[in-house]
Amino acid sequence: MERGSREYALWSIGLLLVLLFALIPVLWIISLSLKTPATITEGTSFWDRFIPQDVTFDNYTTLFEGGLDDSPFIAPLINSILIALITTVIAIVLAAFAAYAIARLDFPGKALILAGALAIAMFPAISTVGPLFDMWRALGLYDTYPGLIIPYLTFSLPLAIYTLVAFFREIPWDLEYAAAVDGATPFQAFRKVIVPLAAPGVFTAAILVFIFAWNDFLFAISLTSSDASRTVPAALAFFTGESQFTQPTGNIAAAAVIVTVPIIIFVLFFQRRIVAGLTAGAVKG
Amino acid sequence: MAEIVLDGVSKRFPDGFEAVKDMDLEINDGEFMILVGPSGCGKSTALRMIAGLEDITEGELRIGDRVVNELAPKDRDIAMVFQNYALYPHMTVRENMAFPLKLADVPKEETDRKVEEAARILDLQQHLDRRPANLSGGQRQRVAMGRAIVRDPSAFLMDEPLSNLDAKLRVQMRTEVARIQSNLGTTTVYVTHDQTEAMTLGDRVAVMRTGVLQQVGSPGELYSDPANLFVAGFIGSPAMNFMPARIESGRVKLPIGDLPVPSGAGATDGGAVIAGIRPESFEDASLVGPDVRSRGSTFRTKIDLVESMGSENYAYFQVESEGMQSQQLDELAQDAGTAEVPSSGEGQVVARLDATSQIQRGDETELWVDATKLHLFDPQSGQSLGAARQPVAAGAA
Repeated sequence: MERGSREYALWSIGLLLVLLFALIPVLWIISLSLKTPATITEGTSFWDRFIPQDVTFDNYTTLFEGGLDDSPFIAPLINSILIALITTVIAIVLAAFAAYAIARLDFPGKALILAGALAIAMFPAISTVGPLFDMWRALGLYDTYPGLIIPYLTFSLPLAIYTLVAFFREIPWDLEYAAAVDGATPFQAFRKVIVPLAAPGVFTAAILVFIFAWNDFLFAISLTSSDASRTVPAALAFFTGESQFTQPTGNIAAAAVIVTVPIIIFVLFFQRRIVAGLTAGAVKG
Repeated sequence: MAEIVLDGVSKRFPDGFEAVKDMDLEINDGEFMILVGPSGCGKSTALRMIAGLEDITEGELRIGDRVVNELAPKDRDIAMVFQNYALYPHMTVRENMAFPLKLADVPKEETDRKVEEAARILDLQQHLDRRPANLSGGQRQRVAMGRAIVRDPSAFLMDEPLSNLDAKLRVQMRTEVARIQSNLGTTTVYVTHDQTEAMTLGDRVAVMRTGVLQQVGSPGELYSDPANLFVAGFIGSPAMNFMPARIESGRVKLPIGDLPVPSGAGATDGGAVIAGIRPESFEDASLVGPDVRSRGSTFRTKIDLVESMGSENYAYFQVESEGMQSQQLDELAQDAGTAEVPSSGEGQVVARLDATSQIQRGDETELWVDATKLHLFDPQSGQSLGAARQPVAAGAA
C-alpha cells in the first residue's frame, strides 16, 4: 500500500473515533427525545436501548403545547435567544473599541486594564452569585433581562477583548496610515479598513460570547424566578412530568436537542466568515 | 502641485531620542527629491512628518503656502506609497484605487474615469477586479502607485517603494516611477537607502545621517563634490577609498606616493588629512595614454584579487593606513556591515580598471591614479577641504 493512502486511512479512522466519542452523547439524547415515556428504560442490550422501539415526536409537541402562556418551554427559549443575542452585540461593540485602543494606543493604565480583564475572567462565578442576588433584589434587577446580561457581559468581555486584541495586532499599522493619507478620519479608517479585516476575529469573539451566554446555568438559576427572564438551561430544571410519578426525561431530552440547534446554526453561519488568511496580500509578507 | 518647505524641523520621541535634528529643506514645485541615508538616519521619520503620520516637535512645515504642522494627514493633500504597499486586502484593485476618491465624495462617474485612467497608465486594466492577494509583487506595487495617482495630490511621498521587489523588477519599476513622475510633474519626496535609486531617480538628493542633513544637491554634485566623508563614502559604488595622508610642501603624501594638492583645496602644509579616491579614478597604467598620464601619477602595488564584471574589472590591493580615525568612517563601516572602509591598520583599496586590463591576481603591477579627482577631508570634522570642488550649481542648498 502506498504511504500516502495508508496515512490517509489512519487519519480517517482516528477522526472517526473522535467523532463517535463526541457525538454519541448527542445521538443518545436524540434517541431519548424520540422515545415514549413508557419505553425510556426498556431494552437490555446496547442497541435495544439506543434505537427507539416506537418513534414518537410527542416529547417535542408537548413542549410547545399551551402556547406562550402555558408552555414551560417557549418563554424560556425566547428569553435565551434574546439575552444571548443582546449580550453578544453589546459585548462585541464594547470589546472592539476596547481592543482597538489596547492594540493601537499607548495610554496610562493599559497593562492594568488587561490584567484586570484577565483577573475578572478567572474569577470564580459562584463567589459573585450570592452578592449579586442581594444587590439585584435591592436594585430591582432580579429576574430581569439586564440582571442576566450584566453578569454575562462581565465574564465574556475579557474573553472577547483578548480575542480581538490578538486579531487587531495582526493588522499592519501601515494600513491605517494608508487610510489616513487617503483621506479617512480615524473612525472611517476603523470602520472601513480595520473592522472588515478583523471580521474573523469579530465572529470568533461573537461565537464565544454567544455560547457562554447561551450555556450559562449558574446565573440563570440564581438570578431569575419566573418566565419573565428564566432561560432554557434553568427552565429545564423546572420541567415536571405528566404526573407526580413520571420523570420528564423525554421532555428534557427534547428541549436539550432544541437548544442545541441554534448553537449549531450560529456556528455554521459564522464559520463561513471565519476565513483564515483574509489579510493575505495587504502587505508584502 | 506645491513646494514643500521644512524649516528647522525636529523630531524628538518621548524617550528622548532625536530622530531628526533641525532640518532645513526646500523641495521645489514638481521636483523629484530623494532622501537617502543608512537605516536609522531619520529619513523615514522626516517623510512621515511631511505626511502627518508623526508629530513635528519643533520647526515649521509648509506645503504650498500653508503651514501644515497641525493638519491631519487627510487635510494635507498628499498621497503616500508605502514600503509594504499597504493595500486594503478586502477590496479589489478597483476599490483600492477608488478608496481615496470615495472618501472625498467624488461622483461615481468621475471616480470610474480616474481609476480607469490610472489603470491605463500603470497597465493594470485587466487586473481591476482582482484582489491584492492574487497579484504579484510588481502588480501590488503598481496598485499602490495607482492609489496615489488617482488623487492628483499636490505631492507624492514614497517610502522605499521598490525595496520589496526583486532586483530585476526593481530596475524596471525604477524607470517606471521616473517616467510617471516626469509625466505628471507632481512634487515627489522619495525615501530610499539605496544609493543607486537615489542617483538615478532624483532631481536632487538629500543625504541624511543620524538625523542631520549632510548635503543636498544634484546626483552629479554629490558624486563629484561630496561635502564630507560620510557623503563621499555613501554615494558611489563601489565606495570611495579612504587613506591617511599628510600635506608636505604643496604635495599630498599618500601611502601610494605623492600627488599634487588639487587646486583650490584649503589644506595647509604639515597637516594630516584623509584622502579619498574613487575606484574609477584608478587605471591600469599600461592602458593610460600619454596625454592623460600627466594628470596623475603611477605607483607599483601587489594586486590581491581581481573581480571581473565583464564590462570592467575590480582590482583590490592593500595600503598602509595607520592612524586614520574618523567617526564618520566608522559609521559608514557599520552601515555596510563590514570593515569595508579602512579605519585602522592595513586598508583595502579597490580600483576599477578597464575590462581589457590584463592584470591578474597576485601580480606586482603598476597602476595610475588621476590626481585631479583626489578628495581631501579634515580628519577631525570630516568636512571636505574643497578639493575638486565644482562651481555650485543653481538650486543647491
